[in-house]
Amino acid sequence: MTKKSVTTEKILKAGNNIRKRILGIALKSGGCYLTQACSSADLVATLYLKILNLGPSLGNRDAILFPGVPSKNNMDYQRGAAYNGYDYKNPDFTKDRFFVSCCHYSSVIYCALVEAGRIDASAIDKFNGDGWNMEMIGAEHSPGFENTAGSLGQTISIAAGTAHAYKLKGHTGKIICMLSDGEIAEGQDWECIQAASFYKLDNFSVFVDVNKQQIEGWTKNVMNTEPLEERFKAFGWACVKVNGHDVEAIINASKTKHKGKPLAILCETDVARGIPLLKTMVPKHFVRIPENQREEFLKFYENM
Amino acid sequence: MELNKHNENLLRMAKEHPEIVVLSADLGTSCEIKEFSIKYPDRYFSMGIAEQNMCSWAAGLAREGFRPFLHSFSVFLYRRILDQIEMSVAYPNLPVVFCGFVPGITTPGGVSHQSTNDVGVLRTIPNFAIFDIGDATEIESVLDIAYDYNGPVYIRQLRKNVPRLFPASEPMIFNHARVLSEGTDIAIFSSSVMTEEAIRATAVLKKRGVSVQHLHISTLKPFTDPQVIDALKKVKFGAVTIENGTIIGGLGTCVAEVMAENGIGKPLLKVGLNDQYAHGASKMFLVKYYNMDAMALIKNVEKILKKDLKIEEKDLEEIRFEDFLEV
Repeated sequence: MTKKSVTTEKILKAGNNIRKRILGIALKSGGCYLTQACSSADLVATLYLKILNLGPSLGNRDAILFPGVPSKNNMDYQRGAAYNGYDYKNPDFTKDRFFVSCCHYSSVIYCALVEAGRIDASAIDKFNGDGWNMEMIGAEHSPGFENTAGSLGQTISIAAGTAHAYKLKGHTGKIICMLSDGEIAEGQDWECIQAASFYKLDNFSVFVDVNKQQIEGWTKNVMNTEPLEERFKAFGWACVKVNGHDVEAIINASKTKHKGKPLAILCETDVARGIPLLKTMVPKHFVRIPENQREEFLKFYENM
Repeated sequence: MELNKHNENLLRMAKEHPEIVVLSADLGTSCEIKEFSIKYPDRYFSMGIAEQNMCSWAAGLAREGFRPFLHSFSVFLYRRILDQIEMSVAYPNLPVVFCGFVPGITTPGGVSHQSTNDVGVLRTIPNFAIFDIGDATEIESVLDIAYDYNGPVYIRQLRKNVPRLFPASEPMIFNHARVLSEGTDIAIFSSSVMTEEAIRATAVLKKRGVSVQHLHISTLKPFTDPQVIDALKKVKFGAVTIENGTIIGGLGTCVAEVMAENGIGKPLLKVGLNDQYAHGASKMFLVKYYNMDAMALIKNVEKILKKDLKIEEKDLEEIRFEDFLEV
């Protein structure tokens, strides 16, 4: 199946499957980052199935044991980027690179890898399992991850540095970074946003899951980061705002011409999208299925 | 006295290694890279006063085969960006070199500009190497060692007028101390600009009949040089360390750990900032004010020997090196 032949229906189905799998994890283990799955599943599915130009996965189809932390004696471990087709020993510089900053979304990434046929569904059984590479918050070795992103604000800089390197070396692959709106309160994001503009990184784009929530509540009440569109533009970026559940709109936005500038695509999303039962619970950073609603969620899950 | 040796050395390295790039957080010209920026404008990246982004950005460059050498004052290359150092660079074990200038009390810029606990803090980071250099010869050799290390490196670098204490033909060796004096009474371990103080003290101690084993140490991590153990075993009375920063976590602590691990039960006294910040003044003033000069070292040797050697300031005055006066 080529990317061109992937239909919107197929992508939306993949988004639904991602939500379903993560609701399944939440039901099995007591909880998960479920609202982030609801907000970002359509975006991540669109990225993997349509927008990103990646080579075939080089990673194991099933989960592997944690390959150890990087060190002088352990630099040949299987990188998370291998699942995005990136061979660090022999890279294809015409392909894209995908950096995920909001790494609490790792379950979404893993499930999107399933939908993209890059890992087997059985790998998800090892999600957050002791000793496996499918950690709840991704690092260098986690499927789909380029880097250790758990401390927010750093990945956009690492991705921009990579984009800078690609420009310096004349590589044609694009560098794409995914953020969520809460982390944009970090000062480092804005240091990077000004630097990416200063270095005219037009091979660099960020997709922001503007789900308007963070741990302590709605972003506008915790620390307002809006108006993001005006802010990005004021920093010299091209910026478009779309409905983050509108696959066509996301795809069109990704085609925005941005010569001489980096591109930000703000995807406005709903943290209860696809699982309306969550509507009374949000904003919620980590969803634990309430015991008295378990049956209701289970029934919903079975019909998804 | 030698001038701007880092500048010269960096230009040589850049010529040999085309993948070396320099990133500056608006302090490049204070860190001897002006000439580099003119000669290699395509390899010099001005990142503005934004060290956090500079650090993670460098990680991105390093992932793609560049060798970033970050330039700023040492204090801004560790205290302000510790998380970026750890998560963006140290965890993935990337070859990023932090060239930190005006280390410890070699700046009159005061507490905000003085990196006084950098060694202790950075020593706890896996994958990291730390070099604390003492003279012009080491400035000329440390970048090669940092390059060959092929991982994250922090250099406490010296700038502008720097004495040449060691022959130019004897470059710094990775994880290998320089033996500056052989003796059997007292071991002195010194690093950074404090080695000058230790050389002055050793000369006078020798005149008073004290047999000194003096090691200048420029690799603080790793700290596995067997010469340290040999020196500690060899001396009868004990050891004194002297370092350009706090006595907690740095050279003195490294030596203490080696003593404990090897069961070497002798007194160890540590000279340096005694668990306090310093204020802004010249190095010569500060080392005296904070009891971390040659005389302070001698007083500590006397404590271990339990002897008054009757040494006065004038005995030390014959030997004097360089002060650091510029911000």
